[in-house]
Amino acid sequence: MSSFGPAPPPGTSDPTLPVGAMSSGARRSLPASLLVGGVLVGAIAVTALVSLLWTPHDPLLVEGSQRLQGPGAEYWFGTDRFGRDVVSRLMVGARTTLLVGVVAVGIAGLIGTPLGVLMGMSPRVLGETVMRFNDLLLAFPALLLAVMFGAVYGSSTLTAMIAIGIASIPVFARVARSGTLQVLASDYVLAARSAGRGPLAIAVRHVLPNISGLVIVQASVSFAIAVLAEAALSFLGFGTQPPTPSWGRMLQEAQELVAVRPFQAVAPGASIALAVLGFNLLGDGLRDRLDPRLDDRRGA
Amino acid sequence: MGAVSARPDPPPAVLDVAGLSVRTGDHALVEDVSFHLGAGERVGLIGESGSGKSLTALAIMGLLPDELSASGHIRLREVERDLLSASETERSTLRGDRLGMVFQEPMTALNPLMRVGAQVAEVLRIHGAVSGREAATDRARDLLAAVELPDPERIARRYPHQLSGGQRQRVMLAMALANGPDLLICDEPTTALDVTVQAQMLKLIDDGVAARDSALLFISHDLAVVATVCDRILVMYGGRIVEAGPTRALLTRPRHPYTEGLMAASDLEAVDAAGRLPTIAGSVPPDGRFPDGCVFRNRCPRGDDACQAWPGWTGEQHDGVACWYPSGSGREAGRG
Amino acid sequence: MVEPTPSTATAAQPGPAPHRGEPIYTVRGLTCRFRQPRVSLRRPTPPLTAIEGIDLDVHAGQRFGVVGESGSGKSTLLRCLAALQAPTSGSIRFRGQELAGRRDRELKFLRREVQLVFQDPMASLDPRMRVRDLIAEPLVAQRMGGVDERVGELLDAVGLARQSATRYPHQFSGGQRQRIAIARALAVRPTVLLADEPVSALDVSVRAQILNLLAELVERYDLTLVFVSHDLAVVRHVCDAVAVMRAGAVVESGSAERVSSAPQHPYTRALVAAVPTLRRALAGADPAALLGAAPTDEEPT
Repeated sequence: MSSFGPAPPPGTSDPTLPVGAMSSGARRSLPASLLVGGVLVGAIAVTALVSLLWTPHDPLLVEGSQRLQGPGAEYWFGTDRFGRDVVSRLMVGARTTLLVGVVAVGIAGLIGTPLGVLMGMSPRVLGETVMRFNDLLLAFPALLLAVMFGAVYGSSTLTAMIAIGIASIPVFARVARSGTLQVLASDYVLAARSAGRGPLAIAVRHVLPNISGLVIVQASVSFAIAVLAEAALSFLGFGTQPPTPSWGRMLQEAQELVAVRPFQAVAPGASIALAVLGFNLLGDGLRDRLDPRLDDRRGA
Repeated sequence: MGAVSARPDPPPAVLDVAGLSVRTGDHALVEDVSFHLGAGERVGLIGESGSGKSLTALAIMGLLPDELSASGHIRLREVERDLLSASETERSTLRGDRLGMVFQEPMTALNPLMRVGAQVAEVLRIHGAVSGREAATDRARDLLAAVELPDPERIARRYPHQLSGGQRQRVMLAMALANGPDLLICDEPTTALDVTVQAQMLKLIDDGVAARDSALLFISHDLAVVATVCDRILVMYGGRIVEAGPTRALLTRPRHPYTEGLMAASDLEAVDAAGRLPTIAGSVPPDGRFPDGCVFRNRCPRGDDACQAWPGWTGEQHDGVACWYPSGSGREAGRG
Repeated sequence: MVEPTPSTATAAQPGPAPHRGEPIYTVRGLTCRFRQPRVSLRRPTPPLTAIEGIDLDVHAGQRFGVVGESGSGKSTLLRCLAALQAPTSGSIRFRGQELAGRRDRELKFLRREVQLVFQDPMASLDPRMRVRDLIAEPLVAQRMGGVDERVGELLDAVGLARQSATRYPHQFSGGQRQRIAIARALAVRPTVLLADEPVSALDVSVRAQILNLLAELVERYDLTLVFVSHDLAVVRHVCDAVAVMRAGAVVESGSAERVSSAPQHPYTRALVAAVPTLRRALAGADPAALLGAAPTDEEPT
């Protein structure tokens, strides 16, 4: 070597260490969205669990004498037109909402995502054909499917959430396929192939982790849609059947009373809004949390 | 005229940068940078990625991201206000008119949904250089012809993605030169281009500034490119200018060990007995976390205790060095 | 489209570099075309010809350079050699075995012997994987044992700290990422290393470090190197034989020394002239001098 041969003086930085080594002391901190989303969703889950053991009043008990009470000490959020306690019904309704969201998104994600990845990795002609058919299904309204399901199998929370789940499969398939095509075009997939990886390993090791962010965000959006769809179905009478409470039903029943007892509509409406917000934040937060590249920026 | 012939008397400064610092939160990314450019002068700013070259350019253009703050003085000839304290409105009337800039990646710097002819015409009309749509379109076509684009009439109707990298970069140059700027800043303008296309682009930049007597600030990590284009060179490392000088003098008698290291690493024909290239030890620290004192001391073969303090500038602003043990001073003897 | 090969080109003949027995790669009439998206309903867009009629031999222990500009087909050629791209026609023989027409799962033997280093390590290293898993991937894929020990050895060999194994690629500088990519390529002890512009995304000082590392590893492990670059000066430093490509065809080939010091094809001459060097700049070359020989200039100088 020329005049640049000598090693750097002692006590200076080690060139063999990664450049991030200096900031490695910074702990991985939680993104704010994950924290807030987690608290909101957690609160709903806790409420749903508590309602299994305890509610302030019987959510189904009809008391003619207590009809349409305003918020007060006895009935915190008042009573509906049958004299049932709104707080108790909201708590029980949280169960329905969570269940519908989780099951519907679960069905859609667990079927749609692998389908999308598979179609992304299949020969182009096959992938394109299946995706055109998928687009056809995408155009089919979830509500109509649920109404058909209800007509055939009877209206219930179960048929509603299965119908919503099935109707959401194409969205996941589309998102997963477009993500897969992007990942497949990357150099690191080429590198994996040259390392001798087969298609299955590439799908599991490279494609899924790298499209997880897209899928999680889609899941949080689909969750919100599922909650709203259940509310709409119950509203139409095709979802949760009376007297079981669901936030959608409660909103529907309170509609004609908006002028008299606005809070009766506000309470379930706000609950739905908070649940949707919570899951969206949770989705965003999870996506960021799962991306190692965002770590250092948080730590700094 | 050869690129390396030094001018005897620097003409009155077009741009005068004094004590420029760019900071993010707790530490400086650019610190105490001072230099000036005269009309028609071509000055190269070289250094590795992370040395603060591009931030210096962005500070001059007033395009620093919001989370960075700049201090010091940047003065442009015949502009009353210090550019750093000027309002965004004042700065935007200067950009594209008296200040032109060519970025490394023309694909991201051009509007993908607008025909390139219209983009050049827009620059002309915004600054009132021409009035009327037709006059602007004609002038834009002339400018595209001036950067030697074949069939400018047809190219003007194309969108950026329909052009090659070299053609896009020429469009960028046409836009930057459209209003005859006092200062043209080129930030790694040819790094993404093929060598033959690079050669053409360098020629166009050279001709473009010569025809307008514009000052040129040419930023690159490639010493050979800078040496070919520029009369003077500023060597930047760790956010500071560590050496400055006329091209020929700086490259024949480098004083700063960093300059020597860059030159040695650039020369692929100078190898040792085992066929290895000389290198600079270590790498640029991340996030601008350079050592205090002399920023280069943790990679420097001459570094010692004295280097824990910033050496300060020795010599003139456009011909000097910041090093405790510069080559040729006699002080480096026995070291390194 | 491909131009007729000028008489000065020596494409089909192996260069004067030393022969060491049978070639490792024998490429004959290699052609690769890509389908283009249809823009007209009436007729399909004609396919894009990336490379056409390439003949070349790479011998064991050779450091073989491929020089060309973007669109010359040099990366396509490399991908064909790595059997990551199926050729449209022609033959690629690796140690006598034909690669053209084989499916991925029939190429296991090749994956063990031939490994690839890409231009941009940020793109070629999966951002979601830790360094350990990135380097180990070829070992795991080929069911080789002793993974952790080997990863440690490889990190030593490329000059990275062993603690780097638990980190993600984005935490490293460009040069360090390229070291990771090189460690990964060497994991299965290949005999052939294919490098696609491995230093063109790097600063000059880092470039020197990586070129030194490659030279050291090629010597230590007795590798055959195929090195693709747009920069003839880099290829001259690294390689002993070189093929210059333009528009999908080899226009000139020979020893790296001869091609860069006495280029015969006008395109090679333009390429040599266009590279700015410190020496020429100090000798007074200005930007106009880089355009010395235009690619269409057919006159010998």
